[in-house]
Amino acid sequence: MTAALKIEGLEKTYDNGFVALKGIDLTVEPGDFFALLGPNGAGKSTTIGIISSLVAKSAGKVSVHGVDIDQNFPLAKTHLGIVPQEFNFNVFEKVEDILTNQAGYYGIPRIDALRRTEHFLDRLGLTEKRDTRARMLSGGMKRRLMIARALIHSPKLLILDEPTAGVDIEMRRSMYDFLREINAAGTTIILTTHYLEEAEALCRNMAIINNGKIVTNRSIKDLLRDLHKEVFLLDCAGSLDLGLEVPGFELEVLDDHTVQVAIEKGQDLAEVFAALHAKQISVVSMRNEANRLEQMFVNLLEQPA
Amino acid sequence: MNHYEQYVAFMTIVRKEIRRYLRIWSQTLLPSAITMSLYYVIFGNLIGSRIGTMGGFSYMEFVVPGLIMMAIVTNSYANVVASFFGAKFNNSVEELLVSPIPPYVILCGYVAGGVSRGLLVAIIVTAVSLFFTRLPIYSPLLVILVVTLTAILFSLLGFINAVFANTFDDISIVPTFVLTPLTYLGGVFYSLDLLPDFWATVSQANPLVYVVSAFRFGMLGVTDVNISFAIGMILLCVIAAFSYSLHLLRTGKRLRT
Repeated sequence: MTAALKIEGLEKTYDNGFVALKGIDLTVEPGDFFALLGPNGAGKSTTIGIISSLVAKSAGKVSVHGVDIDQNFPLAKTHLGIVPQEFNFNVFEKVEDILTNQAGYYGIPRIDALRRTEHFLDRLGLTEKRDTRARMLSGGMKRRLMIARALIHSPKLLILDEPTAGVDIEMRRSMYDFLREINAAGTTIILTTHYLEEAEALCRNMAIINNGKIVTNRSIKDLLRDLHKEVFLLDCAGSLDLGLEVPGFELEVLDDHTVQVAIEKGQDLAEVFAALHAKQISVVSMRNEANRLEQMFVNLLEQPA
Repeated sequence: MNHYEQYVAFMTIVRKEIRRYLRIWSQTLLPSAITMSLYYVIFGNLIGSRIGTMGGFSYMEFVVPGLIMMAIVTNSYANVVASFFGAKFNNSVEELLVSPIPPYVILCGYVAGGVSRGLLVAIIVTAVSLFFTRLPIYSPLLVILVVTLTAILFSLLGFINAVFANTFDDISIVPTFVLTPLTYLGGVFYSLDLLPDFWATVSQANPLVYVVSAFRFGMLGVTDVNISFAIGMILLCVIAAFSYSLHLLRTGKRLRT
């Protein structure tokens, strides 16, 4: 099957000598929901810039759904929808015009463009704002407008660069639902984000990029399986004894009702529950102390290159 | 993109451009009408009545074609430079750059927008001039040809300015310090015959001389320069400016990193 995105030996050195990409190889399969993670300045936006033609590559090959961008970039672009990190629409234009114009840039006749605009205004909850100038929209609405604009020509591959930055929780959740829906309908999605829980919640596969190199490229399940230690917080009924201990486990009582327990790979959490139960302590609820993916992310970035 | 899709993309840019300048008509259309009316009153009526005839026509009749051409030059240039630099400034130019539109379609779209504003202002200014004088037309075809070529040329020059501009100051420097002096010295208000030989020869290097003279010939049938040569020069400038603009878009100079 032809990959939705195939990157081979991609390099980028800017005019000032800064080497942003040092030979990236990446393959994203059709239908995937893929996360591209990395700290600031790692090379994520440069990679997206090259795919979208806004940045010229120094070396390497990029293909979008089998179309080499060096051979036929216009055709490759028809398969692509880009939601950049920064707002890049004319803030003095009306929401509706931004969408219909974008459809026109892809050669979609006006009647069809208006129909598509209607559809995406509705899907992204912007119908009431159709006649509003873009500068009057809230931050979340501007993000949704950019998603609608990126989808107006029905691309096979949607790339979102930090789409939920500055978006409130409620709107973020509705955006997640929408992205899951279009992914289920067949659109391949690549997401860059700083919210690691976002990648964990949405994506099946991920790559971590650091200093212009891919550090890892695996399924999120595989990555999480490799975690050696997880820390849980247990909320307990009744008052806890500060000297509480369970042999073989690293326990710390944080307050009268909360105990923190670290589980090494291979250990069974049920043993902790059993030990607590034996001491007449019942666990009311349980949660991760920190995002597991975040821990993995930090571990990977700390590895020597 | 096939030819029909390219046509749709072209019309989308043109429609967007026209809506832009119509939306802000008080900044784009009205100033020329007011400025030219003042020129007609002051230079044409008040001062012109004391100047007498020029090239066999009243001064008002002589100056009107030059003023119409001045309006076309400044408006077609201003439209493209402001619109394209604005798109660069707010990054909305990326909407076009990430799309599959061929560079020549983008260029033609912006130029068509500039030409349409130049022509619309020309119609407004011409209509205003009719309150002050009669307006003979010696060669309608030549008038249409010169107006269209001039509007295309200065739209292209505005595009080049916009590509190289980094700040809003950069898009006003050329009109203020280059375009306006060249226009004023390009025979809008006087016949080159009035100049001493040396300055008349120097004026031949001013491209605005050919534009104004060719248009005035189309209107009045009098000229300071050889018309075939003038048309040839304008055409040559259009080809050169178009080629260079297209090169800038294709290579992404100042647009891509």
